[in-house]
Amino acid sequence: MSAREEILARIRRAVDGAPEVEIRRAYRTTSEVADLVRLFAERVDDYRAIVHVIPAAEVPARIAGLVGDRRMIIPDGLPREWAAGVPAGLHDADGVVTGCAVAIAETGTIVLDSGPGQGSRAQTLVPDYHLCVVRAGQIVPGVPEAVARLDPARPLTWISGPSATSDIELNRVEGVHGPRTLEVIISS
Amino acid sequence: MSATFLGMPGNFPQNSALAVQDSQLRYNLRKATHTIRGKRATVVGELSDWAELRAAGKAIKDETLRHLDRYLIQLEEAVTRAGGTVHWARDAAEANRIVAGLVQATGETEVVKVKSMATQEIGLNEALAEQGITAYETDLAELIVQLGDDFPSHILVPAIHRNRAEIRDIFLDRMGDAPPDLTDEPAALAEAARLHLRERFLRSKVAISGANFMVAETGTLVVLESEGNGRMCLTLPETLISVVGIEKLLPSWRDLEVFLQLLPRSSTGERMNPYTSTWTGSVEGQDFHLVLLDNGRTDVLADEVGRQALRCIRCSACLNVCPVYERAGGHAYGSVYPGPIGAILTPQLRGMSSALDASLPYASSLCGACFEVCPVAIDIPEVLVDLRAKAPHGPAERAGMRVAGWIFNDHVRLAKAQRLAGRLRKLVPRRLPGPASAWTDTRDLPEIPAESFRDWWERDERA
Ligand code: SF4
Repeated sequence: MSAREEILARIRRAVDGAPEVEIRRAYRTTSEVADLVRLFAERVDDYRAIVHVIPAAEVPARIAGLVGDRRMIIPDGLPREWAAGVPAGLHDADGVVTGCAVAIAETGTIVLDSGPGQGSRAQTLVPDYHLCVVRAGQIVPGVPEAVARLDPARPLTWISGPSATSDIELNRVEGVHGPRTLEVIISS
Repeated sequence: MSATFLGMPGNFPQNSALAVQDSQLRYNLRKATHTIRGKRATVVGELSDWAELRAAGKAIKDETLRHLDRYLIQLEEAVTRAGGTVHWARDAAEANRIVAGLVQATGETEVVKVKSMATQEIGLNEALAEQGITAYETDLAELIVQLGDDFPSHILVPAIHRNRAEIRDIFLDRMGDAPPDLTDEPAALAEAARLHLRERFLRSKVAISGANFMVAETGTLVVLESEGNGRMCLTLPETLISVVGIEKLLPSWRDLEVFLQLLPRSSTGERMNPYTSTWTGSVEGQDFHLVLLDNGRTDVLADEVGRQALRCIRCSACLNVCPVYERAGGHAYGSVYPGPIGAILTPQLRGMSSALDASLPYASSLCGACFEVCPVAIDIPEVLVDLRAKAPHGPAERAGMRVAGWIFNDHVRLAKAQRLAGRLRKLVPRRLPGPASAWTDTRDLPEIPAESFRDWWERDERA
């Protein structure tokens, strides 16, 4: 018997006669949040990421100002006005500027799905600085709303603050292997 | 479970007696467990629907286990459709053979690894070493453990038994490229690890991971982490091999809405962990292999009482509230699975033929704190009691167990002993009288809190 057949046979023997299970989803699948932008900004800030909340029209100038003379990866599909005045780099870039697929207010999470303007997974991982622009309309209240919006066929990266470790005497150190600085612009 | 984890050689009472003498270990453990416990309580308290999420988490896992055969076949189809290759392993030896073969087929002799309890359980690193393949751990804590020729002691913070000075010494001794003026500041130590591993990440062609969840409906794998080494391993290498226990399954994509709330809040006490990666089959040209591991899980599944242990999502919340774990430390459990979950999982996975495994069901005061915090409502005390009835004890073992058991075994007597000791603190007896004296011979009584654990628990967490 192959390992596959044997394992499946063992499972069938093991659960033979076990009762059926009913899944009740009595938890919140939607929530009312009065001010999504504010809650999201607060929660991102709790992770010690840097947050800016500004009107959409000011986003290009703010990006240029924050980037300075860092050389940045500009992913395909990034809105052209966001990239204007940003020095481009590739393999030895100092940072990356992206949009996102969805953002979660309750947990302060940004989700990337490698869609337009988000780059490949490596592009948002290797550089030391990640500047992410979130449009107010992309923010959902909670995790269930985000899961419902996302496509499992795409590779997803959920980002909640900069990388961190608490492995040494439980002292939190920010910035281990991912970008050490995460900066978020919320375009309202 | 056919590979043995040789953390410590004795049975649980002997091992924990050694551990309680180590005051550094005890101090670190206490600080860690209490800090995480507090953070968890805060973020769990934020969610008005925690009880409902927990009930759903339990039911989803039970439903998965009830139809595990069907869901595994569905998963296999979905992964294959998305360009991945699925392998099945009955036991540790078979899983190790499969992984070694896959690595050898790439022609590589080095692999990077992201923390995975399943690969520790099967002793994969050692098996690969026998084939001339070096496996590099990339989690900071796992790196500390690996460089120090040591064993993990906590699911979430595996190097919690080491302090910063020890970590600095290990790095200076064993890391090769550690700067000679390395200080013991956590930030400096983390930076040394970052530089040490960066080049390796960029160079490695093969990575090995586990997974926190697998979604049957879509074939998606999910890894939660903090440091970014997971993203490095999952993303950069040309070949990715994931070794995952068959119980890590969820039926549908939607189920993640429950578990991506339950796990981070229970585990690190955060609203969300820094990074979660999900991928389906072969992504961005990567060659993807999934090794599905049984290794004793189907035996656990066959036990009507014990099978609930397979709901475990390895959050470690039960470790952080356990008064026995706090004193004994992770190594005493002699398995990659320490604490209350280890006390019910290890004896079931390995059978109770060794003295250590047969003693594990006694590594508890049955106070019930683990059950209270478990995000999938595993009734650990119920399983412990059931295992005690099944444990095959010879006369000598039974005697040994009774000595430890006098204080651990009977929760009424434990409560009384602790309250009494609490009241008598000023007198601080060096030994408890009677049958407990053997236990207290190796235990500092001043450790006994002014308030007993049970009193504290009832006042503090149930208030
Ligand atoms: S038994 Fe429950 S509390 Fe303990 S690690 Fe598993 S899921 Fe977490």
